[in-house]
Amino acid sequence: MSNIIEIRSLRFAYASEDENTEPAEVLKGIDLQIEEGEFVAVLGHNGSGKSTLAKHLNGILLPTGGKVYVDGIDTADEKRLFELRQRAGMVFQNPDNQIVSSIVEEDVAFALENLGVPYEEMRARVDDALKAVNMYDYRMHSPSQLSGGQKQRVAIAGIIAMRPKCIILDEPTAMLDPQGRKEVMATISRMNREYGITIILITHYMDEAAQCGRVVVMDKGRIVLDDVPKKVFSQVELLKKIGLDVPQVTELAWELRKAGYDISPEIITEEECTAAIMELFGTAMKE
Amino acid sequence: MLKDITIGQYFPGESVIHRLDPRFKIIITLLFIMMLFTGDSVWCLIIGAVFTVMSILLSKIPVKMFAKSIKPLLPFLLITALLNLFFVSTGEVYWQWKFLKLTSDGVNISVFMIIRIVLLLAGSSLLTYTTSPITLTDAIERLLSPLKKLKFPVHELSMMMSIALRFIPTLVEETDKIMSAQKARGAELDSGKMTTRVRNLVSILIPLFISAFRRADELATAMECRCYNGGSGRTRLRQMNCSARDYIALGITVLFFAAVIAADKLIPNIF
Repeated sequence: MSNIIEIRSLRFAYASEDENTEPAEVLKGIDLQIEEGEFVAVLGHNGSGKSTLAKHLNGILLPTGGKVYVDGIDTADEKRLFELRQRAGMVFQNPDNQIVSSIVEEDVAFALENLGVPYEEMRARVDDALKAVNMYDYRMHSPSQLSGGQKQRVAIAGIIAMRPKCIILDEPTAMLDPQGRKEVMATISRMNREYGITIILITHYMDEAAQCGRVVVMDKGRIVLDDVPKKVFSQVELLKKIGLDVPQVTELAWELRKAGYDISPEIITEEECTAAIMELFGTAMKE
Repeated sequence: MLKDITIGQYFPGESVIHRLDPRFKIIITLLFIMMLFTGDSVWCLIIGAVFTVMSILLSKIPVKMFAKSIKPLLPFLLITALLNLFFVSTGEVYWQWKFLKLTSDGVNISVFMIIRIVLLLAGSSLLTYTTSPITLTDAIERLLSPLKKLKFPVHELSMMMSIALRFIPTLVEETDKIMSAQKARGAELDSGKMTTRVRNLVSILIPLFISAFRRADELATAMECRCYNGGSGRTRLRQMNCSARDYIALGITVLFFAAVIAADKLIPNIF
């Protein structure tokens, strides 16, 4: 499998307004490779640089040092900017601020209109995208009539319509209610499973990260952990030190271990936790 | 309460008028306005009135909606009519008191004025009643597209207009929230002296503006991410196809216009 995203010693600093002060570096040397079809979560505390990293993946921000390649395209190559943005779509936190049109289907078509896709193909791609996120029945609605989760799904459809190879989602569920979060997470993982689209999910919800295939943890502009969720969440102390939580069940298992019980540190789902605790009871009963 | 605000007062429907190509509707409305102000004979007005009533009936929109659109302008109408009535000094004098004169021309002009403005309001409301604001914006963009050659920013203007339309409900909701938040902090918005109330309005406008700027910034980034590159080379999802129906409607309008001109020239004015 080839790497769809290749980040080489990426550094980034916002230009400082005052010439005398050193510009504060937000990203301090990041190396990351993501393979095609992966489902990666990026975790980090506020100010860890995770959103800044996301903005480098489709050329909204350009590196002050190092290189970012997406599907072989250098993000700093201005001539291929639209090609890049078509391959790496981006969904933001606030669904209200990324919907352009007053009619759902026209919003989904926005990117295609910009790219000059002919009408027949556009029609087909818009319908496909709306069906993919289960919003086809709402195609003639106004976004203001939709719930937060529905709006976010429309925003995802607008990206899907471009047929991207990879979607970067910057805290897409942060402003949604639990129902909306569930809908959006289900949509994202279906995009990954059924369409093979690479997903990079920036989040601060641990349970969402636990659903991904790989978790990258960032702190102060650096990557501190990069592994499968089980391995990452077993590092409870390190995560707590950098201001992150672990899923509740992982924490429960961790506390039990501290109290001297023999329970696996790699528990991330409720089912695993129940099974492990039942087993503990079983052993205790035998004794 | 704020959520009830609608802009443009569009009434969705399936009537013949609703289904006309919006570009044709705009042209027809413009012709209609020109028609109303052509000629001074009473026959011209009658033809104009027939055209208006016919269109209203075809649109299947309740007549009281049109009365509603005229109502706010009623005082203005009455004042104009009264001024015309007493200050036009040509024609046969019916009655006179110092500088006030009631003449035949004065009566004619004020009656014509009232009828013309009422017809004008009813006819142009029909355009906004039967066409959604977003379609209207789109149609205006297409009609003005020849001006692009003269570097007139047609696409940009229409994009601004449609984004404004898109964000009206969002910002209305936001205003509602800010008002509640400020009321919860003791701001007097519906009571107290006029000056205090105006000053308190600032506490709503400032957060609203800041939020609007933040939204604009995020929207711009999101548009860039979706390859927005101005108007050149864009294709459209919304297709506008004119059919025989549109040409027939335009033809009827032109016929009415011709009838107005003919009536003005040929039939002597009965007044």
